[in-house]
Amino acid sequence: MGRRVLITGLDSFWGGRMAQALESDPEVEMILGMGTREPSVSLERTEFVRADQTYSILSRIVRATQVDTIVHTFLVTDSTRASGRALHEINVIGTMNLLAAAGQTGSPVRQVVVKSSTLVYGSASTDPAWFREEMSRTSPARTRVERSLLEVEGLVRDFAEDNPATVVTVLRFANVLGTDIVTPISANLSRSLCPSVAGYDPLLQFVEEDDVVRCLEHVTRHRVPGLYNVAGAGKLPWSEVAEMCGTRLLPFPPVATLSAASPMVRLGLVDFPPELGGLLRYGRGVDTSRLAKTGFTCRYTSAGTVENFIRALRLRRSVGKPPASYTYEQDIEQFFRHSSAVVHVAGDT
Amino acid sequence: MTPMATGRETAQREHRAALVPLPRPDDETIAGHRLSDVDEWGRSEHIRSLARKVYAPLYKHWFRVEWEGLEKIPKTGGALLVANHAGAIPSDAPVIMHGIEEELGRPVYGLADYFFREAPWIGTMWARAGGVPAHPDNARRILRDQGDLVLVFPEGTKGPSKTYTDRYRLRRFGRGGFIEIAMRAGVPVIPIAVVGAEESMPILFRVPRLAKVLGVPYFPVTANMLAFGPLGLGLYFPAKFKLRVLDPVTFNVPPAQERYSKSRVMEEAETIRMHLQETLYEMLRERRSVWFG
Repeated sequence: MGRRVLITGLDSFWGGRMAQALESDPEVEMILGMGTREPSVSLERTEFVRADQTYSILSRIVRATQVDTIVHTFLVTDSTRASGRALHEINVIGTMNLLAAAGQTGSPVRQVVVKSSTLVYGSASTDPAWFREEMSRTSPARTRVERSLLEVEGLVRDFAEDNPATVVTVLRFANVLGTDIVTPISANLSRSLCPSVAGYDPLLQFVEEDDVVRCLEHVTRHRVPGLYNVAGAGKLPWSEVAEMCGTRLLPFPPVATLSAASPMVRLGLVDFPPELGGLLRYGRGVDTSRLAKTGFTCRYTSAGTVENFIRALRLRRSVGKPPASYTYEQDIEQFFRHSSAVVHVAGDT
Repeated sequence: MTPMATGRETAQREHRAALVPLPRPDDETIAGHRLSDVDEWGRSEHIRSLARKVYAPLYKHWFRVEWEGLEKIPKTGGALLVANHAGAIPSDAPVIMHGIEEELGRPVYGLADYFFREAPWIGTMWARAGGVPAHPDNARRILRDQGDLVLVFPEGTKGPSKTYTDRYRLRRFGRGGFIEIAMRAGVPVIPIAVVGAEESMPILFRVPRLAKVLGVPYFPVTANMLAFGPLGLGLYFPAKFKLRVLDPVTFNVPPAQERYSKSRVMEEAETIRMHLQETLYEMLRERRSVWFG
């Protein structure tokens, strides 16, 4: 029997991408995606279930569909995306319900993949240049998103301990840049002025969005257990990143940086979420050798990621935003998936 | 992209593929083109060579640096250089880094307190010029994985913060962390005795309260400040510099261990400290003049 995979956050960027990637895997028999909204990418055979953010109905779904793998992509790692309360609900309560569903007695779930972030390491002056997975952060977590991710990873650790038969994979991704994804960093780099902290030029590491999906696929497909850093090779200074992207640095004072930036943030001229405060001072680097031992390395180095991003950005500037290639229509999707009138030809997906 | 992902994804992104007609093989690494030569430690060889150019006259004509036993520093492979540390704004670190890089053509990474990294502008320049925060893991990577030279002052800030009355009296060598670093990396420790730094910027007394307000490890009042006024903040006295490289110390222990015997570590640290202290006294016995050596 093929694998039955449940993806959380099908309506979010990563959920949609991951579902698309799994659809072309013949070993995956069934893909079920959960989301609060309709998916925004076209999907051939993924089933969509609407659910509230905290996934309170998940245990029923798991029992009913007998999924053996859960890919938890729906963790918010960008505090501009959700308010404090929503962030907690989505990250902590959502994960709690998900793990409760996966750990219920007689659960069919054999693997849980969680997409976390290197934000859990923080950014401080006392940090090592390269964090290994077993190292813990050197400064207390001050931002909401970092605290919630730490809490999530704690829940996952407990789950792994209580369910030794289940393969638990946690991936900590570095800052993502890519052709399509929008993050505070990519938004900043797309503008003509890009924030920095005066007197600091931190070294940053990036991962390309395709590498993120490839990595999620890799660990899901090969059932790789454990905790892994995922990032492109090398680091480069923020000033160089800005130069590559053709944007000018706008330095904010090293003291009271966030309050100094807040008027411009309100006007929408820069993005400066609190988790960028530390990053733009001290940067962050993660060691990816543990992941390399499982047979996966990112195709893009950090510099390659930035270059790929700027190439896509130049194209977008020249031709404008690409038209939405897909709109989800419930009836039509239902028809294609379940109507007896549709002829399913083997291999034609 | 793995083969299994390509089918759907290319179809999905046809509009993009059509506009960027550069299909790349699946397993090719995309490295990108760098605009600067800043390495993973924040060091830039370009800025380093610029700094050497600026520093050369000071090295040659002001401090008139003389080395002894430079051949004891290996031409290849990692080694941990340890030295005594002195002067309100220590002049020994740039002298050692400049000297070895010029004479041996090998880069030297200088470990220092996290304080440097926190200081705006100074921290960035310090990193570009070869400074690295003194995290044991950083040192291990440079020594073992990169096979480069690392300079560390085991006295830490206790060395340069001591007053002139304590000159050439070595402070405690921390908790012997440098020995553990060398053991873990499997590299020798090479002690260097420095004479001259103490007199180049001697501290008369410290103002701890001001240090606290400014958030710096110590605030010195130096003889240079009295002699040159505000210029004395950065202007050294032209003390004659003499450096003596001692025999490399190796430890007969397996590298990359989680922990090493603390007593062994402390014993080795103390031996090196004693040896360095004796060498300093010996060099001072031979010295006729602070200014002419």
